Amino acid sequence: MTPAISVVNLGKAYNGRWVVDGLSFEVGRGEVFALLGPNGAGKTTTIEILEGYRSADRGEVRVLDLSPRSDHTTLMRRAGLMLQQGGIYPGIRVREVLELFSHFYPDPIEPEQLIRDMGLSDVAGSRYRLLSGGQQQRLSLALALIGRPELVFLDEPTAGMDPQARRATWDIIRALRSRGVTVLLTTHFMDEAEELADRAAIVDRGHLVALDEPDALRRSGPATRVLLTARAGVELSLLSALASAGAIREERPGRYEIETQDPGALLVELTTALRAVGIIPDELRVGGESLEDVFLRLTGSERPT
Amino acid sequence: MSAGAGTLASAVAAQTRVEILLTLRRGENVLITLIVPAVLLVFFASLGIVPGNATAIAFLLPGMLALAVISTAMVSLGIATAYERHYRVLKRLGGTPLPRGGLIAAKAASVLLIELAQVALLGLIAVLVYGWRPGPSAVAGVGVLLLGTAAFTGIGLAMAGGLRAEATLAGANGLYLMFLLLGDIVLPVSRLPEPLRAFARALPAAALSRSLRGVIGTGTSSLGLDMLILFGWAAIALLVAMQTFRWE
Repeated sequence: MTPAISVVNLGKAYNGRWVVDGLSFEVGRGEVFALLGPNGAGKTTTIEILEGYRSADRGEVRVLDLSPRSDHTTLMRRAGLMLQQGGIYPGIRVREVLELFSHFYPDPIEPEQLIRDMGLSDVAGSRYRLLSGGQQQRLSLALALIGRPELVFLDEPTAGMDPQARRATWDIIRALRSRGVTVLLTTHFMDEAEELADRAAIVDRGHLVALDEPDALRRSGPATRVLLTARAGVELSLLSALASAGAIREERPGRYEIETQDPGALLVELTTALRAVGIIPDELRVGGESLEDVFLRLTGSERPT
Repeated sequence: MSAGAGTLASAVAAQTRVEILLTLRRGENVLITLIVPAVLLVFFASLGIVPGNATAIAFLLPGMLALAVISTAMVSLGIATAYERHYRVLKRLGGTPLPRGGLIAAKAASVLLIELAQVALLGLIAVLVYGWRPGPSAVAGVGVLLLGTAAFTGIGLAMAGGLRAEATLAGANGLYLMFLLLGDIVLPVSRLPEPLRAFARALPAAALSRSLRGVIGTGTSSLGLDMLILFGWAAIALLVAMQTFRWE
């Protein structure tokens, strides 16, 4: 079977500047694939070329064995999509826009079922512009799914959602995967890629800089780290006094990252030292970097402060 | 679910319903497309201010029909489409199986259906209140209305596709006011001083109301020229709209 998406040496230039430059990757059928990268990396341009909104300046893309541009209408019967923002009449009611989109597809999901599944029952009669950011995103997601697509493009699907709505959206994406739907998503949230993606591609300035399973990406880092989560107020001097500890960083109160060459020794020293001051760690994790670290190291972006 | 779900006809019909629903939901659209022409018709017909010896209604009805076309095809459609572009609705619809041609067909159908309601309302007022009787030339009048619709749709879409939404809003309303004053709608262009009169005669609004008047109203000596001007505007405006229109 051909892959759901195949991208070969894709290039796109705006005003003489290559915003996508020699990108190649494949997404298998039924795979959840994440495109990660800083703003301006070319993620949205790439996804919009795959959706058929833009033409490629060089290279070749195939989606469900179709050309996104010349087979656009055929592709849109089989693929659903979610724009990064907007896309819905401000004055239309939730139920009305679902009804409208249901007429575009041969075998749509019933609007009332989607309203229930997406937790939109309370606002089914409300106009789009009166919905919260999270509700607007969920309605966009519902419109992406209404035609029972084989493939969905989700451009930052959980932007603007509160943690609860994000979890609910993750569950929906997991349910899509369990039904064999292919998902291509872009996201700024590393934990989202770690939670959802079978594989993640990190792009920077139009180039592919890494592509692997999220766990493999995390293990690729040079230094081993021990991540400690405990109640806030652990003295940094206590940690730096440990014999096997290297650089220490307090990511936020109660969350410490310690570099080490010998994680086994460090764990013994760390638990001993914590016990001496009466602190029980909430979480201790040995491993490479978080996906966010990988992302920042590979893309050279500034760590957000 | 209807039997034809997912077919082009079903998609275009659903899109047309939504176009009309959202048009009627915006109060300013109802005001400008239905209420303003009807109020102006009643106001001026009752005052009996008319040029020459024609009846008031024979002069006013063609002008109000022209104003109805301008308000629906240019103002309402142009502004709505500009904001749909702004809110990325046009882009999102491009990401469905509804083809671009299907969306354009739905917009055309919604404009024509709203115009049908306008013609019915104005015609009923003219017949019931002022004793106007449509003659055999009413069919030709429909043809003129369609040509006028093409011209003003072209102008509205050229603005919606090329300008920012706010600029389209301001531009469409400004043009509406100019066409109301200089379009031979409530004030005959013959009352205007030169060179304003020549300028007004060349505008699509005067060409439409004068052509209509020539076919269903008091008659005109320059029907051929007015139709030609209107046709020219339709051709140029639609061409410009096709060239400048951007979906996002």
